[in-house]
Amino acid sequence: MPSYVIREKCDGCKGQDRTACMYICPNDLMVLDMDGSAGYGEMKAYNRDPQMCWECMCCVKLCPQQAMDVRGYADFVPMNASATPLRGTEDIMWTVKFRDGSIKRFKFPTRTTPEGSADPLGGFATHDDINNQALATEPASLGLDAVPTPS
Amino acid sequence: MADFKTVEVSSDLLIIGAGFSACGAATEASYWAKKNGLKVVMVDKAATDRSGAVAMGLSAINQYVGVKDGENTVEDYVRYVRQDLMGVSREDLVYNIARHVDSTVHLFEKWGLKIWKDEAGKYVHEGRWQLMINGESYKIIIAEAAKNALADAGGELYERVFIVGPLMDGNRCVGAVGFSTRENQFYVFKAKAVIIGAGGAVHVFRPRSVGEGFGRSWYPPFNSGTSAYFTLQAGAEMTCQEVRFIPVRFKDGYGPVGAWFLLFQSRAISAVGGDYMVEHVDELENWAPYGLAKPIPANLRNYLGMMDVDAGLGPLYMETDEAIQKIANEYKDDPKAFKKKMKELESEAWEDFLDMTISQAILWAGLNVKPDEKHSEIAACEPYFIGSHSGASGAWVSGPEDLDTPYKWGYTNMTTAEGLFAVGDASGASSHKFSSGSHTEGRIAGKQAIKYILEKGKEPNVDMAKAEEMKKAILNPLDLFEQYKDEFTDPEVNTHYIMPRQFLHRLQKIMDEYAGGVTSAFKTSKALLERGLELMEYLREDSDKQAARSLHELTRAWENIQRMWIAESHIRTMLFREETRWPGYYFRADTPKMDNDNWLCFCNCRWNPDSGEWEMSKKDIWTMPGV
Repeated sequence: MPSYVIREKCDGCKGQDRTACMYICPNDLMVLDMDGSAGYGEMKAYNRDPQMCWECMCCVKLCPQQAMDVRGYADFVPMNASATPLRGTEDIMWTVKFRDGSIKRFKFPTRTTPEGSADPLGGFATHDDINNQALATEPASLGLDAVPTPS
Repeated sequence: MADFKTVEVSSDLLIIGAGFSACGAATEASYWAKKNGLKVVMVDKAATDRSGAVAMGLSAINQYVGVKDGENTVEDYVRYVRQDLMGVSREDLVYNIARHVDSTVHLFEKWGLKIWKDEAGKYVHEGRWQLMINGESYKIIIAEAAKNALADAGGELYERVFIVGPLMDGNRCVGAVGFSTRENQFYVFKAKAVIIGAGGAVHVFRPRSVGEGFGRSWYPPFNSGTSAYFTLQAGAEMTCQEVRFIPVRFKDGYGPVGAWFLLFQSRAISAVGGDYMVEHVDELENWAPYGLAKPIPANLRNYLGMMDVDAGLGPLYMETDEAIQKIANEYKDDPKAFKKKMKELESEAWEDFLDMTISQAILWAGLNVKPDEKHSEIAACEPYFIGSHSGASGAWVSGPEDLDTPYKWGYTNMTTAEGLFAVGDASGASSHKFSSGSHTEGRIAGKQAIKYILEKGKEPNVDMAKAEEMKKAILNPLDLFEQYKDEFTDPEVNTHYIMPRQFLHRLQKIMDEYAGGVTSAFKTSKALLERGLELMEYLREDSDKQAARSLHELTRAWENIQRMWIAESHIRTMLFREETRWPGYYFRADTPKMDNDNWLCFCNCRWNPDSGEWEMSKKDIWTMPGV
């Protein structure tokens, strides 16, 4: 079914400036049923087209209520398995639950710098010559004295 | 007509798309724009933190040359791509990307991407060109740099605006039109130069899974061919539209095999245990010289596996247990080191999936797979259009000025349409760019587009009457639905229109059955392609009969039309090339051999906006002297 919303936990991101899952879904699938008129419950989010879900879990990772998860595609994944992320500012923890009940946990780093801090020029020396083959931070960012040219 | 406000946005440079190549363009162009008082606008169909092919993340960087440490030369990369594409590549473009790509990777690292390093502080290679990363947040980091660059230069980012097509002034691209996927607004973007860096195309061919797993494509389902549609509509020349890509991946979940093949040195076998790369080695002579050199091109590796499948020897398996055992054997005398190594391998294997194809982790968990105990099934996916990877489809672009080639008519990466630049999946015949190379190509074009604006930029002459005409056509699916929805009891079954999903199924059926999809075992022929074109003609006639009840469905309707155009260019170019050059991607059964005397060339196509006719042509391949 791909991504799904746990009715009890979803609060429609009320009190926040936007619905996280709806904001982030790369395929524009998540919708908030504001007044319940779509039949999903008032202020509850839902996936409007599970068949188009890539299972990228961008919504699951961003949900502030942990109200979302993914159930493997019903047409080829045997039931009762899951991979659940818990994403922080510098790493992500995964809990993989197998059909046979066994569990594996993994933790992987996600980035080495504080969120928002990426300096587009990376602190490398820049130059002003728009006619040169060298891009803004080159050749410094190449670690070379000059951009390679055909021999 | 549906009541949509028209919003006009003017800038000097317009960047369409916000994946890796577009973010590269925004990052570099902003630097030069700020110096020259120019304005850059980037438009994204989704939210830039998680848009494009790398939305989920990646577990490796696939293009790093390593020039500074003397690991490889730029020329080595040119040889590698020439070989993998069976001789057909724009070596000037490949060279240009390869000489800049290391700086992109070094920037990524500064921005916060964690690249694996060994004890000596050197990058850990997965293969000769591939680096291992902890890439869950890869796209977020790259988007962050682009957004910071835009903000610093006074640029703007529009999220959730879907670009449909170009605005032209004769042969000059002067902007683009599209609509918000969130509110009733039609957008007219005007610019002195435009960079198209939207995605390749998925769901042109019917996927293997057609139920709930319909969305489980290897490349993302939201890549609908915006790039190819845009350049085709602009009247720009296209190249290699026949060169689709078919990855062989873990079956159904489409999880990556790179770490298993390259890092763990795993073998793949048929059900009866034969290693198809060994059993069918003689076949490689038929594809000389490419079949006889290393590494063996991806399409030929696919093809040897497909020979086993065709012979009824499937399923194919990745020998994960054997590979892990082999590595473990190296530690057999040291139980403590053995345990540590096994733990490390297990974590690496699972991260490979969890970073970029979570579905595969769920599938393995659902099948109780322990890779160290049992092998896992692999299979060829459905075909995709991805000029940034091992496919090659895209626009025919001008090459770098300091290389002596016949491909120079404008600024680097400019298409044959004036002021329109193409990067990433939008530019053709420069395969094996992957994430880092696509970003690099974006940077190259970002700088070149600003240079173009400074030297040749003109105020965009936009015919607003024409834009209003486009608005009417683009919103037509909404009008059609409103007009006829109540005539029958079921709004989805209507004699006046069809819904976008059904239109998509119709396109996929044609492509799958006539143009060499999964169910026809990737085989086609002149007769099949001609019949496919006949059916495409009816499809095209019905394309303005799609109905939409929401902005979401309106997006789907236009994504389908974009797919339909790349599909037609694909069929026409396969028909034009009367040989089989990339078996394993597609096989033309009536011309089953490679014909270097007649077809070692680029096959280009152009849709002529004035006549509405398709023009096909051969272009010579320039090879780098001494390489």
